[in-house]
Amino acid sequence: MAWVNAVVQGLLLGGSYALLACGLSLMFGVMRLVNLAHGALAVAAAYVAMSVVDGTGVPAFLSLLVVVPLFAVAGYALQRGLFNRALGFGELSPLLVSFGLAVIVSNGLQQVYSSDSRSIGIGELATASIRLGGDLSIGVFSLITLAVGVVVIAGVQLFLARTRTGRAMRATRDDGEAARLMGIDDGHLYAVATAIALGTVALAGVFLGMSTQFTPGYGDLVLIFAFEAVIIGGLGSLWGTLLGGLVLGVAQTVGAQVDPAYGVLAGHLVFLAVLLLKPSGLLPKVVPA
Amino acid sequence: MNDTRTVEPVGLHVRRNSPTSRIAALGFLAAVLVLALVVPYAVSLGTLINLVGLFTLIILGTTWNLLAGYGGLISIGQQGFIGAGGYACVYLANETGMNPFAGLLLAALVCAALAYPTSFLLFRLVGGYFAIGTWVVAEVFRLVTSQLSPLGGGSGMTLTAYRGVDQPTRVGQVYWVALAMAVVVVLATWLLMRSRWGLGLTALRDDDVAAAGLGVAVRRSQRIVYVAASAGAGLAGALIAINGLGVTPGSIFSVSYTASMIFIVVIGGIGSIEGPIIGAVVFYVLQQQLQDQGVWYLIVLGVVAIVAVLAAPRGLWGLISRNGRVEFFPVGHRAETR
Repeated sequence: MAWVNAVVQGLLLGGSYALLACGLSLMFGVMRLVNLAHGALAVAAAYVAMSVVDGTGVPAFLSLLVVVPLFAVAGYALQRGLFNRALGFGELSPLLVSFGLAVIVSNGLQQVYSSDSRSIGIGELATASIRLGGDLSIGVFSLITLAVGVVVIAGVQLFLARTRTGRAMRATRDDGEAARLMGIDDGHLYAVATAIALGTVALAGVFLGMSTQFTPGYGDLVLIFAFEAVIIGGLGSLWGTLLGGLVLGVAQTVGAQVDPAYGVLAGHLVFLAVLLLKPSGLLPKVVPA
Repeated sequence: MNDTRTVEPVGLHVRRNSPTSRIAALGFLAAVLVLALVVPYAVSLGTLINLVGLFTLIILGTTWNLLAGYGGLISIGQQGFIGAGGYACVYLANETGMNPFAGLLLAALVCAALAYPTSFLLFRLVGGYFAIGTWVVAEVFRLVTSQLSPLGGGSGMTLTAYRGVDQPTRVGQVYWVALAMAVVVVLATWLLMRSRWGLGLTALRDDDVAAAGLGVAVRRSQRIVYVAASAGAGLAGALIAINGLGVTPGSIFSVSYTASMIFIVVIGGIGSIEGPIIGAVVFYVLQQQLQDQGVWYLIVLGVVAIVAVLAAPRGLWGLISRNGRVEFFPVGHRAETR
């Protein structure tokens, strides 16, 4: 029964990883940019939400109404001001720039909020659970996180597949030169993609902050877990990222069931095993006709 | 050097050295001699210990530049090999009773041996994903190390070889070995870049697709660079462990070493031999001056790195050398009319 429980809890944990990984997957999918500040920005969102909640006393979920638009706007500006410029210098520059940004953000957080661990209070929801019979029960909040993860990934997928802007993004990804010739403003398009990505990062960061304790340095782990979810699932496939997040979550909880110290390590090993046996990921992108 | 040739039909004179590079070579030699023979007797023990830190930074910067500047491989996981090297050195010295400096050389070999199979796994990832992949491998090294009780588990190991040795003797030895290693790593990198492999790597740095088209074995070159740079990181890790008399998994596997390497190379100048040396000196001076400012110092470094990448992609050395027209360590050939 303990093992079944570990798998179920792993799936729920995986929901939050999938939510965290969505923005990383989207940015890479659209502009081949790996944002090393991804984790630091998610943690920054958690801190901002905490400040909003502490400052105004509104319920934690309402802070999303401030934090998500704020990060989306910041994402647009970041892409326009920094990343678009860096993309013009070749492949290495965006990585170095985003690394510099990660250092600035995580140390800035430490300067403002100190390195004590914090959390965002959600009251009774934190402990509410649904009993499924036997010893098996699932946390209501984890279930909400998983549901939000699925909805966000489905939403971004629909956006890419169905809307005019989404089509333009796919066109730019497939052939930037030709897309420009068709009158697509790729600088603006990339900025929209980053705005959406940072919106999801903010959402994921706030959910993370509501479910666990965080510190300014927590972004490192967030980046690694999000990255593992993307690679396990398969590059460029958002549904793959969801699957990757779930696999990673299950690997970690099952590993921790063996020995609490092996949880994170088990996740890393599953990632390396996928890299060794199926480097294209579990659900590689199928090019649509 | 025996590399002065005349191409008769056009009367061109091809050479590798230039007056500047000869003066620079003399300056380099003089600096090394002063550091080896004068400095140890003129400064305090604390300064010598700090200078070992500077030599370590030069090794780290030079090897990271080899990876990123020439191999086109951005790694944010070299701390995995720094840690492995530190642990290998302390473990060998403690368990076999060998001289820690012999352990230091073996640590570099251990890291090369670890890097070779790792490269086959990581080279399946490209660009940014390679970068994060290296970090995962470093985390695996850290987590496995802290689970192994022969390696001291979570609390690490203390180097026992210097028990009963007085501090001036120990610091002096460590200082000279660190200086020698920094010189060897810089010269080895220079010789590698002057060789046939180096020519291929330079082509790879400028355009990997074109380099492959001209017959450069891109993957094999990158693998050589990855293994060599990881051996260098192991060497630096062993020096850190000897200088600090021990290792703990929390500090020797710290990603902050990668941050230092990136700052050193980006600020000094990526893709040159001289850049990382200048970057290491600048970084070292900033570190000494601004350490008390705490996190502000890292925030400033982050801003400087971003500005450097976007406004001066060849770093300080690019500004000094007017984009490669001056070379202290010449790696190319220059043609002159008589």
